[in-house]
Amino acid sequence: MDGSISRPEWLLEAEDLHLAFGGIQALSGVSLGVEKGRISAVIGPNGAGKTSLFNTLSGFYRPQRGRILLEGRDISAVSPDRRAALGLARTFQNVALFRGMTVLDNIKLGGHSRLRAHPLSAMFYFGAARSEEMALRHEIEREVIDFLEIDHIRHLPVASLPYGLQKRVELARALAMRPRVLMLDEPVAGMNREETEDMARFILDIQEERGISVLLIEHDMGLVMDIAHHVAVLSFGRLIGQGAPAQVRAQPEVIKAYLGESASRRAA
Amino acid sequence: MSGGFDWIALVEFAAIGLLSGGLLALIALGFVLIYKGTGVINFAMGEFMMLGAYFFYTARVMWSLPDWLALMLTFAGVASCAALVERWLLRPLAGQSVIAVLMATIGLASALHGAVDAIWGGQNYNMPQILPRTPLLLGDVLVPGKVLWSFLLAALVIGLFSVYFRRSRTGVAMRAAASDPVTAYLMGIDVRAMQRLTWIYAGLVGALAGIVVASITSLSPALGTTALGVLAVIILGGLDSIVGAIVAGLIVGVLESLTAGYLGGKVRDIVPYLVVLLILLVRPYGLFGTRRIERL
Repeated sequence: MDGSISRPEWLLEAEDLHLAFGGIQALSGVSLGVEKGRISAVIGPNGAGKTSLFNTLSGFYRPQRGRILLEGRDISAVSPDRRAALGLARTFQNVALFRGMTVLDNIKLGGHSRLRAHPLSAMFYFGAARSEEMALRHEIEREVIDFLEIDHIRHLPVASLPYGLQKRVELARALAMRPRVLMLDEPVAGMNREETEDMARFILDIQEERGISVLLIEHDMGLVMDIAHHVAVLSFGRLIGQGAPAQVRAQPEVIKAYLGESASRRAA
Repeated sequence: MSGGFDWIALVEFAAIGLLSGGLLALIALGFVLIYKGTGVINFAMGEFMMLGAYFFYTARVMWSLPDWLALMLTFAGVASCAALVERWLLRPLAGQSVIAVLMATIGLASALHGAVDAIWGGQNYNMPQILPRTPLLLGDVLVPGKVLWSFLLAALVIGLFSVYFRRSRTGVAMRAAASDPVTAYLMGIDVRAMQRLTWIYAGLVGALAGIVVASITSLSPALGTTALGVLAVIILGGLDSIVGAIVAGLIVGVLESLTAGYLGGKVRDIVPYLVVLLILLVRPYGLFGTRRIERL
């Protein structure tokens, strides 16, 4: 055992990301890392570039500069569907479930990238395709549906569910992807107290029991302070602070971005 | 009862209409697949039918191959054409206006039409009969064999597709890619592969329909325009509904048969359109189409 302070073990790492849409600079030089097996949060005022960051990490936006590393491997040139197969799963700020389908179909689609999808073998439900399908089905039943307590709604169409449950189904779909990094874009936005507490418990269980690393965007400061190990603060596309939650909360830059100039003077 | 109204003739017209509606529904399925899967109205559907029929004629009659081999070659040929069209015509136009894409499919239709004319010439060919011709006698009503068998074939194909989209992993992934491509992509579904598959399936459906229609009538470049007659069906059914295509196909089939029977062949093509127009006044989204809600 060497006593030196080692650099944390980043699972997912963004290096110097620059992203612009025309004249609007969405991200300027953002570097941050998601530590293996922990919960990291990105906070920041509206329009700070949080969702742009997520879209860049999942490969939907191509940054003009910078790299994205997964376990040290540069995945900047990898397409979004391949990144999903490599273990990046996410949920969306506005629930993005497939509305015409049942809860179970939606969740099973999460397992899609892990199966060898061949239009004909899957069509006839024979042999390997069938046993693959059954194995996936059992895994999903046990590790996703029972775990998230959505057993009773599995055959309902998602459009008929209340908002809080829809968000839970979206989390289930992301879990079915068996992710290494779970990216949650505002997982408790619009939820009441009880639903928020349920969601916090699920996120903690996912991290503690499964060892899945979590990166979340959230406006609910209570939730972030309670469950995140590491917080990064974005403002106008720049990283203005990061560290442990209590530490970040005290940084003058952060207070200024959230509460304005006068508040930061008072705090100082 | 000596009223003189010929009930048997009415039932016969209706039965034949209902059964020939199956073929309309099959052609409509080709349109619906592509519209649902990629948001494009493919005006070259009839040309896919035509290609299928000419490929089959070439393999079966000119090269004297057995039926099954000719059919396999036809499917492979049309599937390749459909994949090429998706890759080199539609994909570069992704994100362009609906009108631009629509014009591209119309352009494709006339290009294919011209190519067929140049290769095979404009004359009529006699297509080999692939469906049994034995008529079915239901009491006093006589149903011609080709009408009955083309209906059964259409029903089988449509049934298989319904099961495929409901039960198979790829079918469900295709639905996902159609309903929300961005999310599907970010979830690891290869959306482009799904769109290519959509075109291939629609091409196969078209080829099969083309072979059947050509063997009922005859083979000439005019076959390409048959599909335009199906526009009434897909618009009535709702562009994005397979159930709609079936129901509307049967309705239009019966309407065509009844008007042909009672009013003569000349008005056969007009009356169904008038009825469709009236229905659309009440239901502008078609019988089963998705109602679009625009938020302002």
